[in-house]
Amino acid sequence: MANMAQAIRLALHYGEENLGVREIFGEDVGAPLGGVFTATQGLKTAWNSPLDERGIIGAALGLAWAGFRPVAEVQFVDYIFNAIDMLKLCGNATWMSGGRYKTPMVLMTPTGSGIHGSIYHSHSFDSVATKLHGMKVVCPSTPLDAYGLMISAIKDDNPVLFLEPKALLRSRGAELIPGEPADDKELHAMIDAPLGDRSKWKPRWPDVQEYEVPIGQARVAHEGTDATVVTHGRLAPIAREVAGELSQQGAGSVEVLDLRSLVPYDWEAIKASIKKTGRVLFLNEETEITNFGEHLLRRTVDELFYELKVRPRLLCGKATPGIGLSPNLEHFTVPQKADVDRVVRDLLAEPA
Amino acid sequence: MGNPSVAAPKSADPYLAFGSEKLLRLHDLMVKARVLEERLIKMSKSGDGFFWIGGPGEEGFNVPLGLQVKKGQGVQYDYLHLHYRSSAIMLALGAPVIDDIRQMRSVATDPYSKGRNFVNHPAVPDWNIVPVSPTIETQYSTSIGTGIAQAHTKTDAITIVNGGDGGTAEGDFHSCLVWANRPALPLPILIVVVNNGYAISTPEPTQHGERSIADWGKVFGMPSATVDGNDVVASWDAVAKAMAYVRKERKPYLLEAKCSRLYGHSSSSGANRIPEADCIQLLEAKMIERGLASKEDFEKVWHANQEEIDRAHQQVKQEPFPEPETIWEDVYSEGLPPSYPTKGGS
Repeated sequence: MANMAQAIRLALHYGEENLGVREIFGEDVGAPLGGVFTATQGLKTAWNSPLDERGIIGAALGLAWAGFRPVAEVQFVDYIFNAIDMLKLCGNATWMSGGRYKTPMVLMTPTGSGIHGSIYHSHSFDSVATKLHGMKVVCPSTPLDAYGLMISAIKDDNPVLFLEPKALLRSRGAELIPGEPADDKELHAMIDAPLGDRSKWKPRWPDVQEYEVPIGQARVAHEGTDATVVTHGRLAPIAREVAGELSQQGAGSVEVLDLRSLVPYDWEAIKASIKKTGRVLFLNEETEITNFGEHLLRRTVDELFYELKVRPRLLCGKATPGIGLSPNLEHFTVPQKADVDRVVRDLLAEPA
Repeated sequence: MGNPSVAAPKSADPYLAFGSEKLLRLHDLMVKARVLEERLIKMSKSGDGFFWIGGPGEEGFNVPLGLQVKKGQGVQYDYLHLHYRSSAIMLALGAPVIDDIRQMRSVATDPYSKGRNFVNHPAVPDWNIVPVSPTIETQYSTSIGTGIAQAHTKTDAITIVNGGDGGTAEGDFHSCLVWANRPALPLPILIVVVNNGYAISTPEPTQHGERSIADWGKVFGMPSATVDGNDVVASWDAVAKAMAYVRKERKPYLLEAKCSRLYGHSSSSGANRIPEADCIQLLEAKMIERGLASKEDFEKVWHANQEEIDRAHQQVKQEPFPEPETIWEDVYSEGLPPSYPTKGGS
């Protein structure tokens, strides 16, 4: 059973073998490290770039225009801010050229909190990412979704920003990637580089198969009828856990919708669930002022006001300049399981 | 280059050696570019378009560059990462004048951007002209990408990036130098900087302590040169030499061209004629001096180009503006998903 970093690696390997991926690059992406989270370890077309985010994104854009379907990595999303106009250019190149140029490229980058990352390794980028119109933005919460979204992202003719929740890169899912060995020790022996000298090491790739998660399609991570939680990334498994516990306790039937794609987002799925439950919480870890969840909340009020039984909620990060290192600070700044539990119970309890 | 003397033997005079036929071809394109830019300025000032920015004064360098491009689509042809002063390169490649006029008037028929972008911001996939962006210097970062594509392809095609002296202060210029000179994979990029001495209103010497922009090449041990961009033949030769190196060696070359900026930065500085050296006047004087053409010959060229641009302008005036709903085209290459928010609020 692959973890998320291995799943991304397997998808990129599939892309190299079957989808024309020839250039995978970024800081420490090639040998010997294969990425600081090992998401590119052992890949035959992965190479190390200079420490230069603007150059990485510019290179990806140029390669995209040349039809090379590049996959580039920015080591942490926290480092991407100095490249904001390059990102804007990725998003607007097709529109700006009157549709004459397609921009098939994937930009992957670890995002969010949960690894004691302090001020510059804990950023969420959702709000800025979703303002880069023309760019698609995805963020998986399971290894299988990561695998399927990466394959879809590689095939897409638009730029795709692939946000990897840092806290989940080592987590395993419940489902196998088509073609991977069931035993995770076997997979580890096949594709993880040994410690020490790696100069002669080569991975033995399992015969993984094509599997797409369509961009723009949410997944019901937990079915329910009394309230809806719309979330993604690190908070999706937490919401699912809370929903499971509430269900076991008979405290309420909560539907968890894992968006998987932030842009375009699956409004039809959100709408269907809210129509069913009449109660909704938008949950993410981006800061409060101009939050992506606020957009979804506003659209809910506009289009589904009369479907709502109680006021819709947003639970998100607090609007501080950064996330403090001490767990006391981090846990108070971005939503934790106890916060999700509290707010969902409150949502269920409010009289209609 | 100094002033070639009429009495010098033919072989020693670069203009005589270059020949009248080629010079007349260069001259015609330079005039076409100048007349076009002057028409665009007039359109901007008369409300027949909005902001103007362009390249009058750079024709003496840009036409020789454009004529030496290996033109076509895909990695086997040269990629061009241009900026908003590159109209003479476009015309030398064969772009019709009418398309720039269409972009100036922001009509629906603007083939470069459907009425969305400023004038002189082309995008032509058939000729590897990647989208020109209003952002300063980002083209030096994107040139890395097509450079990598060509470094990984068996070809003599190269990537050409073009920008100004002011932009060299941006990180993208240095990104381009660093990436093009990576020992792991040197890139076949002709890195051009047109030095007109100003960043909008700020004189270059007040902000740049480098002895010359071309000197950046020395840091990497890469070949570089500075050429007088007002000298057409010197420019032709400098471009030819630089291109030959990049095509053969598959490594970068830094070429700085000193050019005039004859109408200032853009509309923002008034777009009025400035008394600087004019590459077209210089070329005409040299050709007349050598008996390669007469004043009357040149007048015919100016007149013919004026007429061509008049006709094109008249035609564009008849063309429709874009329908408002076309803003939704090309957000994504496959079109918008049905539930994409399109109301602009509640």
